[in-house]
Amino acid sequence: MSGLDTWRGPNRLDALRGPSKPVDHNARSIAALAANPACQRRAILDAAGIDKGSTIQHLGYPHQFGQSPFALARQEQFKAIVKAHGGAHILRLLRELLHLSVEEAGYHNVEDAADDNGRAVRHRHTRTVLRSAAEQPEHAATLFDDPLLKLNVAGYDVYLEPDVIAFQVGRQFHVVAIKTFAVVDGQADTPKVSAAAREAAVYVHALRELFSSLGLDPARVAHDVVLICPKDFMNFPTAALVDVRHPLEVLRRQLERLSRIDDILDELPPGLSLDLRMEGKTPTRPAAELAAAVSALEARYAPECLAVCEMAYFCRAEARACGSLEALGRTVRDDLGGLESIDTAIHLISGDPVCSPEQDAIATRLQYLRRLHDEAVA
Amino acid sequence: MSLLRSYLKVAAVRDGRAQRATTVRHVHLADAPLVFVPLRLAGEAAAPLAAMVGDDRAHPHLLVVTNPRNRDERFAFMAELAEVVVSYIERFTTQVEMSDTRTPYERCLDAPQILVPNPAGVAFTRLLGRSTRFRKIEGPHAVPPRVPLLGRWLTFLHDRSEFADSAMLLAMTGLLSEHWVTGQSAAEDAKLSTQLAWIDPPHGLTGAEAAVQAEDPLRSPPAGPDTDPGFDHAVLQPLIGGYGVTAQLREALHEQLEPTWNDMWQAVDLLRPLPEGASVAARWERDRAALAWHQRWLTDGGLPQGRLDSAVAAARRLATLEAAQQSYEANRAFDDPLVMADYRAAGVAFAGRVIAVEADRKITPPGGKRAVLRPLVSVRTDDSVRLSPGTRLLSPARPKQKAHLESVEGDVAVLQLNGGLGKGTTLPGVGEIICYADLDPEGHRHPSLPDLADTPWTHGGPPAEYVPTDEDAQEVWS
Ligand code: SF4
Repeated sequence: MSGLDTWRGPNRLDALRGPSKPVDHNARSIAALAANPACQRRAILDAAGIDKGSTIQHLGYPHQFGQSPFALARQEQFKAIVKAHGGAHILRLLRELLHLSVEEAGYHNVEDAADDNGRAVRHRHTRTVLRSAAEQPEHAATLFDDPLLKLNVAGYDVYLEPDVIAFQVGRQFHVVAIKTFAVVDGQADTPKVSAAAREAAVYVHALRELFSSLGLDPARVAHDVVLICPKDFMNFPTAALVDVRHPLEVLRRQLERLSRIDDILDELPPGLSLDLRMEGKTPTRPAAELAAAVSALEARYAPECLAVCEMAYFCRAEARACGSLEALGRTVRDDLGGLESIDTAIHLISGDPVCSPEQDAIATRLQYLRRLHDEAVA
Repeated sequence: MSLLRSYLKVAAVRDGRAQRATTVRHVHLADAPLVFVPLRLAGEAAAPLAAMVGDDRAHPHLLVVTNPRNRDERFAFMAELAEVVVSYIERFTTQVEMSDTRTPYERCLDAPQILVPNPAGVAFTRLLGRSTRFRKIEGPHAVPPRVPLLGRWLTFLHDRSEFADSAMLLAMTGLLSEHWVTGQSAAEDAKLSTQLAWIDPPHGLTGAEAAVQAEDPLRSPPAGPDTDPGFDHAVLQPLIGGYGVTAQLREALHEQLEPTWNDMWQAVDLLRPLPEGASVAARWERDRAALAWHQRWLTDGGLPQGRLDSAVAAARRLATLEAAQQSYEANRAFDDPLVMADYRAAGVAFAGRVIAVEADRKITPPGGKRAVLRPLVSVRTDDSVRLSPGTRLLSPARPKQKAHLESVEGDVAVLQLNGGLGKGTTLPGVGEIICYADLDPEGHRHPSLPDLADTPWTHGGPPAEYVPTDEDAQEVWS
């Protein structure tokens, strides 16, 4: 990654976004950057720090990625339990999980500070503590609460707050992630575990970047993260090691792509703007104009977008309007491979002549399916 | 089912409404199913918030927990739920008959059927079962007697539901997409209201238009168990745990649940008129037998189902699940030409006209001494057959008559018949339209009446050796 200190200069991404401040990223949103790596629209919106939630609402679609206040309250409550008494639970779990004989352990808490300046201070402090820990391997295992990491996303610095970093356990540094989904009888919901792994991978990545910048071996940051969840139906924490190598690699590739965003920007119409023209809290840009601007960014809509991208309803409407087969799912696209649109498929089903030799095979297949279908329902 | 489904998806977009994926209904539909729409509090594993439940669409029971984080209230909710669900199940478990098979066994005359909106509802049902079945009914953490019983029944129903051939606990979205193909993606079909919009769009709207309307959480709240975060924020938060707001809370949750409740019954109405597939009754019979087994287990003082299967039990269970799946798929194809069409599209089945039959052909099989009857049947087919010679085939018209493929040349497939040729059987006749498939509805069937000791406990046999501890009863269940 380049340009760690060259951020917020006037550049083409700022020009695209207009005068609004870029949105704050967090581990969740960074993990989501890689959700649809083939999509240039998403890459540009994310790189420019554009508020996708406000954008989609101004385009006339609901913003559907809210979080329930109950879920947030539960997270706070469980984190407090896990971190109570100098991280007693975390130490117990580390002992069990990593087979350590950690008798005593240090506990660092970096005071929370809200403004940008405070964050820079906290981040510097994080660097100092981590460096001295890394350079003094004889030190006892330490839990580092409320650390602040920094990551560069397409030229912008993003601050990240992992729950806890545990260090010097077997000379390794572990990211600790605290989640509230239950592990019942040793089993948890797979999609939730994967999402937690993707998020934790962001912290591992940021921590490794930090190690590199300190001239330390990034491999000392373990690719196994410690995932702490409630056990069964209790408030009692249990933990598992989760290997995040795969999401780490996916993330690394996407961040690299975003750092080369210039190539994509070169292709955009000159003067393109995604500015909502906010007046106070009200966007004043005509929605149709904004829609046209968003449409100028090449999208790759697939139904998977619905679960991971704020823009999904807009992109879906667009994909449907041009008869995208992929909007029906990848299986359909693959089964009818080679056809550019649903309309073509409909024509071929009704027996219209093919217009290109490539369509020959698929036309035959569709006619065959039609015969089988009609025979069966006759 | 893939190729034909893709074809039907395009057709659904073309026609602006869902297409039938079957000609019959492959799943038993009870005369009086129990519809169960549960909601949970966001962020909690199994803290129920509310449920609409009942077998009378005009009079649903609305159960509400006014403070889901309060343990006593949760158990009061579970006690209320037990009243409805256990009473419903006991309507069936009390009526038992003996089978008239060679080894007679018990089976109930009918069985319960619980319908939930989606797979998440099934998973939540499992968690409700897990969180209640170990509770003690006396001592320091006592719960009302029917609570652990409810837990054991929900666990039983969930375990059975993992078998493809069981119909006692079903997710409606799965049931619908088994019978219809919409013009939207599978991800979108996961939402009951939009799937229904495609299957039965309101007058004057296309499926696509109706589905977009049905996506609006204000109009069609999520079908649970997770609630809409917007609703949590704007409506629920000010009411949860508040004083004197019970009536408002009930009303708010009623409004959230009612659209899904109505959707569920609309779906039942859509499924009801489909004629039942030929093998549906036999599958339901297995559910009835499993129900009787489990009732006997309870009556005899058996322990609740364990927390985890032993490795052996888990492996056996997996094999049984697999077998049930294969047998179910084969049966569906044999019961339904439209399902069979998909196998034909894939080249593992074919249909055509019989053009020649060598009825008296006798051969001496390799290693055998006597010549035996092995008729040859030639079928002319337009299907593209992708089967290699030697593959065993069966025909839905004569499922007992074993055959294998001798050769395929051009559009003629030649089969040799190897069994099911005794008295009272007929051979395919020249001119007959016939279908053969590399499928065997009987082949993988788990025995309908295994030894009790060999029966996985999910089928009523002995459970894994798990003895619940006091710790189980005390789990805080937060
Ligand atoms: S919803 Fe649109 S912008 Fe988002 S990833 Fe999908 S195609 Fe790209």
